[in-house]
Amino acid sequence: MSFDLIALQLFTGLALGAIYVLFAIGLSLIFGMLTVVNFAHGAFYMVGAYVGLFLLSLGGNFWLCLIAVPLIVGTVGLVVERFLIRPLYGRGIDYPLLLTFGLSYVMVELIRIAFGKSGYPFDTPEILQGAVNIGVGYFPLYRLFVIGIAAAVLLGLWLFLERTSFGLIIRAGARDPQIVRVLGVNVSRVWLFVFGIGSGIAALAGLLAAPLQGVIPEMGATILAEAFVVTVVGGMGSIGGAVIAGLLVGVVVSMTSLFAPEMAKVSIFALMAVVLLVRPQGFFGRAGLMS
Amino acid sequence: MNELSQTLSQPSVASVSWFDFAKRHRAILASIFVLVFPLVMPFTALAVNILIYGLYALGFNLLFGYLGLLSFGHAALFGTGSYLCGIAIVHFGLPWYLAIVVGIVGGAVMAAAIGALAIRTRGIYFAMVTMALSQCVFYLFYQAVDWTGGENGLRGINVRTIDVLGFKFDFINPLTRYYVVAVFVIMALFMLSRILASPFGAVIEAIRENEARARASGYDVTRTRLITFILSGAFCGLAGALMALHLSIVPIEILHIETSGMVVMMSLLGGMGTFFGPFVGAAVFLLLENLVSIWTVHWQLIVGAVFVVCVLFFPAGIWGTILKWVNK
Amino acid sequence: MAKKTTGSISRRRLLTTASAGAVLAASPFRINLLQAQEATIKVGFPVPLTGPYGTEAQDQVRAAEVAIAEFNEAGGLNGRKAELLVRDDKLNPGEAATRTLELIEKEKVNFIVGSLSASVQLAVNNVTKERKIIYNSISQSDEINEVKDFSKYTFHEALTPHLTAGAVGRYAFPKFGKKVAFLTADYAYGHEMVRGFQEAGKAFGVESLVDIRHPLGTTDFSALLPRIQALKPDILVISNFGRDQQIALKQATDFGMKKSMKIVAPILLYTGRIAAGAQAFEGVIGGTSYYWGIEDKVASAKAFNDRFRKMHGGKVPSDYGALGYAGVKTLLMGAKAAGTTDTDKVIEAVEALKYDYYKGPEYYRKCDHQAVQSVLIIESKSKPEKGDADVFNVLATEEPSEKNLRTCEALGHKS
Repeated sequence: MSFDLIALQLFTGLALGAIYVLFAIGLSLIFGMLTVVNFAHGAFYMVGAYVGLFLLSLGGNFWLCLIAVPLIVGTVGLVVERFLIRPLYGRGIDYPLLLTFGLSYVMVELIRIAFGKSGYPFDTPEILQGAVNIGVGYFPLYRLFVIGIAAAVLLGLWLFLERTSFGLIIRAGARDPQIVRVLGVNVSRVWLFVFGIGSGIAALAGLLAAPLQGVIPEMGATILAEAFVVTVVGGMGSIGGAVIAGLLVGVVVSMTSLFAPEMAKVSIFALMAVVLLVRPQGFFGRAGLMS
Repeated sequence: MNELSQTLSQPSVASVSWFDFAKRHRAILASIFVLVFPLVMPFTALAVNILIYGLYALGFNLLFGYLGLLSFGHAALFGTGSYLCGIAIVHFGLPWYLAIVVGIVGGAVMAAAIGALAIRTRGIYFAMVTMALSQCVFYLFYQAVDWTGGENGLRGINVRTIDVLGFKFDFINPLTRYYVVAVFVIMALFMLSRILASPFGAVIEAIRENEARARASGYDVTRTRLITFILSGAFCGLAGALMALHLSIVPIEILHIETSGMVVMMSLLGGMGTFFGPFVGAAVFLLLENLVSIWTVHWQLIVGAVFVVCVLFFPAGIWGTILKWVNK
Repeated sequence: MAKKTTGSISRRRLLTTASAGAVLAASPFRINLLQAQEATIKVGFPVPLTGPYGTEAQDQVRAAEVAIAEFNEAGGLNGRKAELLVRDDKLNPGEAATRTLELIEKEKVNFIVGSLSASVQLAVNNVTKERKIIYNSISQSDEINEVKDFSKYTFHEALTPHLTAGAVGRYAFPKFGKKVAFLTADYAYGHEMVRGFQEAGKAFGVESLVDIRHPLGTTDFSALLPRIQALKPDILVISNFGRDQQIALKQATDFGMKKSMKIVAPILLYTGRIAAGAQAFEGVIGGTSYYWGIEDKVASAKAFNDRFRKMHGGKVPSDYGALGYAGVKTLLMGAKAAGTTDTDKVIEAVEALKYDYYKGPEYYRKCDHQAVQSVLIIESKSKPEKGDADVFNVLATEEPSEKNLRTCEALGHKS
């Protein structure tokens, strides 16, 4: 097993991780701010891919989709938060979880009705096809692009949270909604937008994943379970944790694929079990948040 | 005390005494219902499924409804019971009654193992840890192809006759199969009713209501949790074992995350924390799925929507809402 | 009730009628109804209408309706009409077993035909053989033929992975080279296909470079592909099914692997190719039990396609769909030959059938009731030429022969 192969596998893991990160970051954001465990997050991811497919069939191009898909699905997220999740605040953590669980059934089935059951191909955009030499071997150009987009989104999100006054409110609201409310800020509006942003980014992840694997209505279910691992390992509610854990999970999957492909799937759950035993709150989770 | 204060605050004595009677003899009333149940169902195999999933949900509810711990990994307990019962018959040629015992013990042991790791975590972490561990259990059984049949599932759990005290019953006959399963489910109902009425049951509810106070009163909270989890595992293991006998196969899907999610849906739909809620939930869920899937292939849409409506408008669940209404 | 089997009826209507039947049967009128129905021959048909193989399952139902319609138009069995009872097995063996119990215990079906995945067919088979009901499986598996699962009530109309993998190997090894890498779904079906390739490869001195096994339901093969690329094989064999296959081919294309090696798959699905698009499948070679395009050469295929088109709005049958037709047809023709629905007599009659219903001559081998049939070697076209359904070129046909199957002894049968 050569060094080049291992290095190449590492890159593969990072590209894989980039999708996990984008997906998990919304999950983590929503949990951190709203304490909602969003079981419909996978459905938003899937809907993102289908909206992209639909826009392309109308004659749109991929670049336009990169902007339009998060906006459209983010708007759906706003509606879901406003009318379905908001009535449940204060009723304990189980209810939003169960509601989004049921909602994901509905969303998947609606997509099946609209687009059929068997899924569609999703061609890689023309100019991103092919592979480039990255020094250790050839690597698909599109996957490099995915890594790039993920980095850009993270940077944007970070700037938004750290440098804008709205970002400040979000961070404050996550720490202590009571105080923020007392200070006269409309917390429910902040939560509304956080949910919208989270679902928008999930949709973007779905769109980016589509050229890698095609689209089917069930595509959100698999990644949801894996993304839970990412958020738990990184620490529920921690954005930095989601980033590091997402990349870590990507690399772990990719490396086990190299040495013991049969174990690729179980490896991440084993990783999670180990992390939880050693550090129950995850890498960056705040202890006591969940009690 | 609780019952006394309830009675005092109720003006309509007649209806209360009727209700109290029903409540006191809930296990007996349930048994009568269980006896006539298959006659009103669309088909007997569905009635058996409802019994078994009802028992599974009952075992889950012991943890979720009475102790307040949301587990997303109960498929591991249900599935272990099912697989071990099946393996006992297929690979070791054990008689059916011993195989059921193996299933119950299997569910309890698996619960002890998962519980030992997970019981210290709380809330959403508990849900996540149980989910992750049950995924590991899934792969464990999935990889043990020689024992479990892997992806193809375990076949050949063929029990043709059930012999009790010299009587032989034809287990292929659907109604006989139903009543054999029903006997076990009724026994489980009585057991559970006794457990909840015992001092141990009172501790369980005390922990749910106020953990700090229960701890201050000298109860070992962690130990109570673990024991409850193991009891839950035993009930789910029994349900799994009965499933293996009923279907004569164990599919690997029994360990899927959906099997864990389904029991949560059932409990919530019926009303968690009520004695019969999970059973009602299982019955409504399976009947709804059965009827809607005959009518349309998009049954998941309806089931999902019903679920969303329940969470939004009937948080107490169907049975919980009925109980509230009767209590008024 | 006989109206149910006329040509234009949709599956939805069929299900609705079935549900109406379910309501009636639960009512006090059930006795009368049972007497009235005693004459019809009931064929239970559990297939995964919901879930990822819904498209294939729907096509199986359509094709089975063709078989029922043909049987009834030809006068049935001495006037006894046949009726199809479709059930959704949800691609779940537990659900399939429950549905099969319903079909047997409540509907009192005469035969069961159906399923699409190996695990579901084994579950259905376990239920039917215990109750001595004839079951014709229309899904691939080697295991159902083995003595452990087989019973005299079991028939297997679909190909076995051993047969289709062997046929593709015998075609590909002499043409493309002897250094072979395998990418395999890690479950019985995947392993069976690899075994088929390797046994066929012995005659050609084939060298297996690596057999990489991926978990079922893998959505990203990128972690596995560089390793295969580094070994520089002549042929890459992708032994998986459905969505796994579509994604693997798509990603192999993205990694530029088609430039340096030939990609073959033991089985290519018509519906899968339609769903995944031309780009991913282009140039891939594989096997299939049926492709509608053989109608130019095979008369029975032409007749079947025409009938199917007529009943289903001009659509052509898919490979798995056609199996639904053949599976139902053989049992009904067996009943007709036997002159009764008596189980043992029907089994004897079906064993004696030499039939050509849709793809050329076939018969069931005595020891394991496996349909001995041809395998088509197909290649995916880069572009459809004659309409959207024109997706494959038929490169070769391996004629039916028992010597391409696993031997009866290897399966554990005595004879």
